Amino acid sequence: MSALGNFNYVIAITLAMIGFYVLIERGNLIKKLVGLNVFQTSVFLLYISMGKIEGGTPPIHYDGVAPFSNPLPHVLILTAIVVAVATLSVGLALVIRIREAYGTIEEDEIRALDDQLGDAE
Amino acid sequence: MLFLLLTAAAIVWVRNLFAVVILSGVYSLLMAGTFTILDAVDVAFTEAAVGAGISTVLLLATLALVGQEDHGQHRRALGPIAIVALAGAMLIYAVPDMPRFGSPEAPIHVHVAPRYIEETPNAIGIPNVVTAVLADYRSFDTLGEVTVIFTAGIGVLLLLAGKRRKRK
Repeated sequence: MSALGNFNYVIAITLAMIGFYVLIERGNLIKKLVGLNVFQTSVFLLYISMGKIEGGTPPIHYDGVAPFSNPLPHVLILTAIVVAVATLSVGLALVIRIREAYGTIEEDEIRALDDQLGDAE
Repeated sequence: MLFLLLTAAAIVWVRNLFAVVILSGVYSLLMAGTFTILDAVDVAFTEAAVGAGISTVLLLATLALVGQEDHGQHRRALGPIAIVALAGAMLIYAVPDMPRFGSPEAPIHVHVAPRYIEETPNAIGIPNVVTAVLADYRSFDTLGEVTVIFTAGIGVLLLLAGKRRKRK
């Protein structure tokens, strides 16, 4: 993998852009959340790639193993994964409530219903 | 890595939400494998358990309540594509300035990390540096993380409990 130089970073950026595209272009709310997930995970990949050392091992001490890959990005990303699932769960709860209130989870239809309500008033 | 790209692309194109959710689980599992290759075993564990496990279960539970089909039209608007292409181009433009992948001389490896790696066995007394940093050096941060989960749990409960009350 090292022969390809900064290949990892390019993959991470491409994944981020795919997630971003799903997030802003697709109208379906569940799909938006999956897109957000893809985006977040690609950022994790970017950080973990930065922490890798050639020939490194996981940062766990036992007899005479070195060098270690950098443990600090790992710690940050552990926290970030947990925050990601927290946002996902709140987002899904909101989707369920929106479905209850509007009967749809498509952004276009929700907007149309909002416009109708505005006209009625 | 290329499988990751394929799965992500499939998430864009597939219309059935059930398939999208399963694909996102596959994506998380592949990502966990990649993390293992990149020496981040703790992160790989968490990603496999949380990303591929809990997230998929949450998404499936939501699908059971809201239905499976993505009815939205593909708008094919130029705006989003242009924004995405522009942002991607700028980020890729920055890639050659990054330190070489895996280089031990990269700034990230020479400044703070060696201190943590060297002192952890004596100062904390457990071999796993990631656990030591997470639960000891940065335990307040981890407490904050637990607070975030707690807040999210309260939020979900409030949103869903409100629904039940209204039904009565």
